[in-house]
Amino acid sequence: MKNLIIAEHDNQHLHADTLKVIQAASHTGTANTVLVIGSDCQSVAEQAAKAETVSQVLIVDTPEFGYHFAEMLSPVITNLASDYQGIWFCASSKGKDLAPRVAAKMGVGQLSDIVQVISEDTFVRPIYAGNAFAKVTTRDSTRVITVRGSAFDPVGLNNNAPIEQFQIEAPPATVSMVRFDKTENERPELTAAEIVISGGRGVGSKENFALIEQLADKLGAAIGASRAAVDAGFVANDLQVGQTGKIVAPKLYIAVGISGAIQHLAGMKESKVIVAINKDPDSPIFEVADYGLVGDLFEILPQLTEQL
Amino acid sequence: MKILVPIKRVIDPYIKVRVKPDNSDVEMNNVKMTVNPFCEIAVEEAVRLKEQGIASEVIVVSAGESSSQEQLRTALALGADRSIHIDTPRDIEPLIVAKLLATIVQREQVGLVITGKQSIDTDNNQVAQMLAALLDWPQATFASQVSLIDQQLEVVREVDGGLMTVAMSLPAVISTDLRLNEPRFASLPNIMKAKKKPMQTLSAQELGVEVEFTQTITEVSPPQARKSGIKVATVEELIDKLRHEAKVIV
Repeated sequence: MKNLIIAEHDNQHLHADTLKVIQAASHTGTANTVLVIGSDCQSVAEQAAKAETVSQVLIVDTPEFGYHFAEMLSPVITNLASDYQGIWFCASSKGKDLAPRVAAKMGVGQLSDIVQVISEDTFVRPIYAGNAFAKVTTRDSTRVITVRGSAFDPVGLNNNAPIEQFQIEAPPATVSMVRFDKTENERPELTAAEIVISGGRGVGSKENFALIEQLADKLGAAIGASRAAVDAGFVANDLQVGQTGKIVAPKLYIAVGISGAIQHLAGMKESKVIVAINKDPDSPIFEVADYGLVGDLFEILPQLTEQL
Repeated sequence: MKILVPIKRVIDPYIKVRVKPDNSDVEMNNVKMTVNPFCEIAVEEAVRLKEQGIASEVIVVSAGESSSQEQLRTALALGADRSIHIDTPRDIEPLIVAKLLATIVQREQVGLVITGKQSIDTDNNQVAQMLAALLDWPQATFASQVSLIDQQLEVVREVDGGLMTVAMSLPAVISTDLRLNEPRFASLPNIMKAKKKPMQTLSAQELGVEVEFTQTITEVSPPQARKSGIKVATVEELIDKLRHEAKVIV
């Protein structure tokens, strides 16, 4: 099957999840083309060319595409799509915004957040916040797919695929950028981190989150949060882990002051090892935790940070 | 300006779903159903825009079995003006939903569509984007703030890495994130009044849309159960286990 993989990037760096999408796509065939659309994004194309199983990188480099708006990008992709049977995206906020628009323009269905490739036309995806998994077979001639990064390993970087410039006129802009308020974060990225430490309502305040930060710094971990912690303003929205936030599957997930609601578990229960620190021994989080410590997080966290 | 709000009947999000023993589906019998939480936020936002004098009418629409009328009544009690039930099987595919909605948008001359960003059953996150594509309208997905400034829509979107504020002209499609608003509760008088509000039922055929599935779910299975863990008594023990048993820290 010929696959077109839409690169996720910020015009400078290829997002690591793209390498996982390439891995997923390579389970259906070996002719993988990566499409890089953006502005001043040559370095992204060069990084994508290194990805194993990629036979070609197409680059569309135009100032108008710099913000990656779905309205602008979808016509570019649909123009190219007729040559491919699979169009693959990261299940990131950009991928989720763009893929259904592309699918509808092509008159085909879309498969969201797949976690397993069974065959060219059959995939597994979670439903009901990950409380069930559906095996889905599609009859659409073109399969438009978003991939859950945490479910696949990245491909290696020992390749040198040819890069081909591609010219296409930008469609008229219907959306404009007002501003982007970036979350300042010097820690590892949440979805890619090997260790994630998340705080919940039990942390109590924005100031108390410093305890989580200190432990995260000690372990080189990313910080996450439950919805309750985000709603209470302890941390930024984009650190939310769960059905409606980020899906993570790190080596080690430490849940601090998090009860373990279904919606939160949806975002982290594929983690390799789960640790729960909570003062309520009956919290549902202990049902999925490999190691549970019942106690006051305000005593436990400083001890942990000190002893590590 | 008329606002259209598509809503979906789903299993209550606080219920732990069970997969049927024959792996054909999840158990739907005797399970509490509700309005999808993201759709509730969409209804609330539309009603607020009407209260601010920006919208003239809020129309709620749901595609599904006749039981979906219950959720339409809920939306009417929350302040929607009238409702349309499109009679279809449960869980029709997002592209078909989008096609049905596109015909309603044209029939009703709608100026803005507000949907939930995803339904908590199928977790697709597709309908708003597909509808915008079919109509060739701009889209603002995952909205956490919506304002109308000189006929321009300004939307704060929750995206990876932060908050993106975009501007677009109407007509447009918005999908709601959790933090857009806090939906109100329906009061008893409003629930009573909702019974008298108009509800129109249409078939997909009347709307000229063919309900043809291209995806088949061949199996629904429960997630792999995690083996139960242990409780440790002290921080020292925890660190020891993580180092020497799980080997996830050095």
